Amino acid sequence: MLNARRPNAVPVRPSRRGLLAGAGAIVVAFRLDAKPARAAAGPDLASVKAQPNAFVRIAPDDTVTVIIKHLDMGQGNTTGLATILADELGAAWSQVRTEFAPADATLYNNSLMGPIQGTGGSTAVANSWFQLRKAGAAAREMLMAEAAFRWKVPVAQITVADGVVRHAPSGRQARFGELAASAASLPVPSEPRLKDPSEWTLIGQKVPRLDSVAKTNGSAIYSLDIRRPNQVTAVVARAPRFGATVKSFDAAAARKVAGVLDVVQVPTGVAVIARDTWAAMKGREALTVAWDDSTAETRSSEAILAEYRERAKGPGLTASERGDPQAALKGAATVIEAEFTFPYLAHAAMEPLNATIERAADGGYDVYGGFQFQTVEQATMAAILGVTPDRVRLHSNWAGGSFGRRATPTADYLAEAATVLKAAGEKAPIHLVWTREDDMAGGYYRPTVLHKVRAGIDAKGAVVGWDHVMVGKSIMIGSPFEAMIVKNGIDSTTVEGASDTPYALPAYRFGVHNGREGVPVLWWRSVGHTHTAHVMEVMIDELAHAADVDPVAYRLSLLAQAPRLAGVLKLAADKAGWTDKPQEKGRGLGVAVHESFGSYVAMVADVSAQEAGIRVNRIVAAVDVGVPVNPDVIRAQVEGAVGFALSAVLRNRITLKDGQVQEHNFDAYEPTRMSEMPQVAVHIVPSQAAPTGIGEPGVPVLAPAIANAVFSATGQRLRALPLDLSGVKGA
Amino acid sequence: MPKLTVNGVTHEVDADPDMPLLWVLRDRLDATGTKYGCGIAQCGACTVHLDGQPVRSCQTKVGDVGTARVTTIEGVSGRVAEAVQAAWRKLDVVQCGYCQSGQIMSAIGLLSGNAKPSDTDIDGAMDGNICRCGTYQRIRAAIHEAARDLA
Repeated sequence: MLNARRPNAVPVRPSRRGLLAGAGAIVVAFRLDAKPARAAAGPDLASVKAQPNAFVRIAPDDTVTVIIKHLDMGQGNTTGLATILADELGAAWSQVRTEFAPADATLYNNSLMGPIQGTGGSTAVANSWFQLRKAGAAAREMLMAEAAFRWKVPVAQITVADGVVRHAPSGRQARFGELAASAASLPVPSEPRLKDPSEWTLIGQKVPRLDSVAKTNGSAIYSLDIRRPNQVTAVVARAPRFGATVKSFDAAAARKVAGVLDVVQVPTGVAVIARDTWAAMKGREALTVAWDDSTAETRSSEAILAEYRERAKGPGLTASERGDPQAALKGAATVIEAEFTFPYLAHAAMEPLNATIERAADGGYDVYGGFQFQTVEQATMAAILGVTPDRVRLHSNWAGGSFGRRATPTADYLAEAATVLKAAGEKAPIHLVWTREDDMAGGYYRPTVLHKVRAGIDAKGAVVGWDHVMVGKSIMIGSPFEAMIVKNGIDSTTVEGASDTPYALPAYRFGVHNGREGVPVLWWRSVGHTHTAHVMEVMIDELAHAADVDPVAYRLSLLAQAPRLAGVLKLAADKAGWTDKPQEKGRGLGVAVHESFGSYVAMVADVSAQEAGIRVNRIVAAVDVGVPVNPDVIRAQVEGAVGFALSAVLRNRITLKDGQVQEHNFDAYEPTRMSEMPQVAVHIVPSQAAPTGIGEPGVPVLAPAIANAVFSATGQRLRALPLDLSGVKGA
Repeated sequence: MPKLTVNGVTHEVDADPDMPLLWVLRDRLDATGTKYGCGIAQCGACTVHLDGQPVRSCQTKVGDVGTARVTTIEGVSGRVAEAVQAAWRKLDVVQCGYCQSGQIMSAIGLLSGNAKPSDTDIDGAMDGNICRCGTYQRIRAAIHEAARDLA
């Protein structure tokens, strides 16, 4: 998502020019400048400082607390990050605990996001790999030095394992807790010795997740569970159309609802503040608000897509180009022309957006939430509250999902919480709750996108040219990240996965038109790859069939320069018993392979496509993420990616009618359910390469693997998502 | 003022009888293990037991609970509950975990009435519980694991 190889670099400088209130949202003007880097692997060893004090605390009771700088929204990075540090330290897994870091970008920035503390782009393990190894190794050497000093023996004779420091020749040993207090005062070794992979005891093994117990007995605290003394609950009536503003409101009836304490206007709408969530919701129902739609987006999604279709006739901005595809296509034996469309998608995390904010006695502010973009969020709230960012203290909790939604460049819902606190006089802690309906209809969607491709092969089936145009709204343009990510009007997160295709296409052009609609858009688990992978992998499949070549073999012929992609493709095909022939009537296999965020994933889908609809029977996946830090968490993320993305393949779409979102809850936007879940087998490629992420990369290949399987089963190409079998004969 | 017995403790609850049990648990009793997900009985995150039977607390008015015993994730106990929680932990089912209180309450309900559920039984009992992280494969496996443990 955000790749900037600038560890511990430029501090964020929030502009104090104040608020730019526009389109019903709050935008704090600051921008980030850093050099983008293509690589998804983290910083190298030499550029990382050993900072044990920032990342680990060892208590007299022997517990080892690893400080987690990232948001854990389910992807299991708490377990993964703790594994890395604990292994280098030599801790026993049973003594390991975790604690979420405060907001402090000088210590806890994500080096792949430059100066920003934040979670996204599947970077948590990648950017922390050497940082946590060095921290753990430094702490281990400090414990060893303390033991050597106490026992008056050479440090070289000391070993550490399973939470015990030993001197074998004398038989002396000590627990971490006995040494830690004194060890902490020793100098921090700047270049501690990292373990050789052969010495790892936790990395690469199955270790129990550290959150399994608290998440199975009700004790895990999410931000919606925060209960501060005297807190009151707020819900906000927001405009039914994006960009509309409050014209007037009548709160008389709302104020009469039992439990309602106050009604205040904020930039995003009208907030009803009540004793509890139920009263706040009832109060909002009784509220009358007139909206000014003069600056609102009032079109329907069909109209937006029709505009896209018109614009796609032009070449757009050139994101990448080699050779002359238009000329090449003139000499092609077969040309396939195809249009792909994608709807808006809501993240629909199980825990709706929320936060709790209060003014502290010292004049600072405490905020409790699921913080995914700490540096941006802190600066945004500080600007609203009129204090410096360090006066806004963020207390992180487990997040009930996110899929990108909690990381907004505008810090939208957190900014709203700050404005409600301010409008209500900062008297009581404000617990801001978005209902499911608020969350789903609140925008920040995966953009709607249209792709148009013309691709051709020669008489032997070889690709001769590929001319590709897409239209979609940029996530980064207009955000603080624009300077960092957008070059010549092209947002790399819009075109990633297509403009940089690894396929050896001799003549290729990728053009892009940036959408202009007034619908807020955002990254949605795997960002641009959610659509680019589908287009590339369905088109390649079409070309393979046009060339009468097995789709796996056809891909491999174009991936000679991409050995890790070829590796996962071969592994998945082998494990799935690949064949492109229909299995039985109405049943077939489909394949797709894609790199995202430096990780490589292939999937083979076994699909039945019949009158009743599409049923995915089985998914066989192969992944290459470098060193598999927690193999079981990796498997879980790929299984989960299938469950998460399947409903977007089969049915999910957010639609606008006259500017109003039509889907408000899980009845109209239904996630995958138990009875639809296919069997998922995940195979991990052994690797010594630096680890990359797996939170997102399982998502992009699912849709094309299924669509290609539907083709194998029915002979019909379904290019639009969600897949719609209703017009297909013989299905 | 309705009386409510939750996890064996009787509370006098200062709430309108129309208030959903979900919000009484979360906002009056601070029993936050039971989750709000949709408010319209579509997701099952709010599942609790009334006299041992799974119900959606977002659609259960506190005034209608009467003398029924309410059990939430914080208060589950007994052989079935322990087997379910142990299986969930053994297989590391959870991801974000937000839906898992409801999943576990539904699974305990299933196994309490059906010691050896088939995959079809599991589909029937668990289809009302959404997991957006997509942990269904492990939920299914954990229910089978718990059933084996109980046999």
